[in-house]
Amino acid sequence: MLAQVLAWVAVGVVAVTATGILLTRDWRWNLGFMAAQYLGGAILTSAYWPVGMASTLLVTGWMSIAALGMTLTALPPQFDSTEESWPQGRLFRLFMTGMVVVLATGLTPRIENFMAGVDAPVIAGSILLAGLGFLQLGTSSQIVRIILGLLTVLTGFEVFYAAVEGSILVAGMLSIVILGLGLVGAYLLNASLPEDTS
Amino acid sequence: MSAPTVWIAVPIVIGAIALLFSERAAALAGGLTCFILASIALVIPIDQALLIGPFSLKIGSTASLLGRALVIPASEGPLLVMLFGLCALWFIGAEAAGVARRMVPVGMIITGLLIASLAVQPFLYAALLIEMAALAAIPLLAPQGKAPGRAVIRFLIYQTLGMPCILLAGWLLAGVETSPGDLALTIQATVMLSLGFAFLLAVFPLNDWIPGLMVESHPYIAGFLLWLLPNIIIVFGLSFLDGYAWLRSSPEIVTGLRTIGLIMLVSSGLWSALEGNLGRMMGHAAIAETGFIFLGTSLAVANGTDTIFPFFLPRGLGMALWALALAIVHHGHADMDFATLRGIGRTHPWAAGGVILAALSAAGFPLLAGFPPRIDVWDGLADVSSSSALWFLVGLAGLMIGAVRQLSLLVEARSEEPSVPQETVIQRAMLGGAMIALVVLGLFPRSASFLVARLPLMFEHLAR
Repeated sequence: MLAQVLAWVAVGVVAVTATGILLTRDWRWNLGFMAAQYLGGAILTSAYWPVGMASTLLVTGWMSIAALGMTLTALPPQFDSTEESWPQGRLFRLFMTGMVVVLATGLTPRIENFMAGVDAPVIAGSILLAGLGFLQLGTSSQIVRIILGLLTVLTGFEVFYAAVEGSILVAGMLSIVILGLGLVGAYLLNASLPEDTS
Repeated sequence: MSAPTVWIAVPIVIGAIALLFSERAAALAGGLTCFILASIALVIPIDQALLIGPFSLKIGSTASLLGRALVIPASEGPLLVMLFGLCALWFIGAEAAGVARRMVPVGMIITGLLIASLAVQPFLYAALLIEMAALAAIPLLAPQGKAPGRAVIRFLIYQTLGMPCILLAGWLLAGVETSPGDLALTIQATVMLSLGFAFLLAVFPLNDWIPGLMVESHPYIAGFLLWLLPNIIIVFGLSFLDGYAWLRSSPEIVTGLRTIGLIMLVSSGLWSALEGNLGRMMGHAAIAETGFIFLGTSLAVANGTDTIFPFFLPRGLGMALWALALAIVHHGHADMDFATLRGIGRTHPWAAGGVILAALSAAGFPLLAGFPPRIDVWDGLADVSSSSALWFLVGLAGLMIGAVRQLSLLVEARSEEPSVPQETVIQRAMLGGAMIALVVLGLFPRSASFLVARLPLMFEHLAR
């Protein structure tokens, strides 16, 4: 019972944080939301994986965020800009988030029936994360936001995949991919700078 | 000693060490290592003891990693010979292209990861290793000091999104095996699998990043990745077809493969005919090559003929030649637009010859390496559907128009410059060797059959 409550709280956390990443323009807030999102993801993953294995998601996720954060801190202010050609209105993003929430609410019971043995919070959490991650990918051209979108989608996938696959090798390789994405994001942000600046 | 240690760990370790090397040393280290690994794969059989005087040498096929196995069976030997042999060519050519220090170390690591993707068991975990290789490729494609373009970002996004699709498809396919009558599950698995490979192989319309990559990144490096990644992903995809009988026996899959192959071929042929940039033209040809392999796969699944693997060697050779020639032509020019490179064949005749020969081979010009596999596929298509054969011809005609446009552009008269070849001796040797190889493979298509004919042995049910 307690585990179920904790899982639904984690779903709430990932929903709020993924929405926060979508709505907030400041990268500091984005990275903070992302860190909290990994905590929610790790709680959902721990429903099927041992805590040690689930914590790899948390640790590598935080390491990715640290890599991105350190790079962004070192960038000159002109690189910390907002986009102009993409949908920027908060109302639009909030509306799209609502669509994803409706989708998750509608799909969760159906997928739960189809997949015996996978809990509703895990399904709901993964749909929310994947959906909001795709939304992030589709509405931004900034490197840091694209990397955060990809990390969000992958977190959603890992939450779901943990329920059906318990291999240590998969957990390890997914962690390498998450860390790799963070490092690639940091590299791409750095690569944007002229060589003398970097 | 195990095969995964030799063909996975060694290139990764040598690649990591080569990060410390100079331009020439990196090219030599990469080229020689790959040549030695190809030779070992050719000479020493896997899982069999080889007696050398009093010594017995045996390379085992299996290594263990975190509770799972990495297996390189003896049947994959010819593929290793081909991949490492072509990698040796690419890495030695990297010096002539002036990118050896940047490309060889990471290229070796990527090669090791991709070989690991073919070896990992269960095979669907390969998606994770392919993603790692794609991540490792990003620093190659987006050099320091230059903002990454849209094509690089799309490459990253699509390769990353392909991975979860493949892993989920693998899980759904296991469900299909246990309950084969479940139509809904079968459709879900097929859709997920198709989506995953559409992302990974840049299937139309998710392929706009390929021509862009040829312009945004160094053409030689982009060419290397556009050769290596699709080849490995195709072998990985064939594992699905080989492993699941219902996929092989589904007429919808055969029709789907044929339709997608034709769409990719015709669209890239048309774009190639209209293109005004040499780099993008090579990108369109790379898309067409994947289209050819889709068509070959549809025939191989339907008829059991080997129309897939004959494409591998001409594709590797042709793209290496094209990419090296473009890198030489591109050197010292801001871009690869037609207007900039008009008449460049007067000062760079070897490179211009390489571009033209590679483009003609990709278009299936007779007596070049690309011709025999294309004529086989065309013949097979004509047996199945005459309209498909006609569309195939349209695609080839587009590629041919593109090749002829390049010919007319590169050899155009330019009176203001001296007509003295500007290529170095190494560049001429590399370009000349690759051009001769393309012609020899076209004149004697069976000269590589000692490798190509054994490639289908990797699979139990496909093309045999």
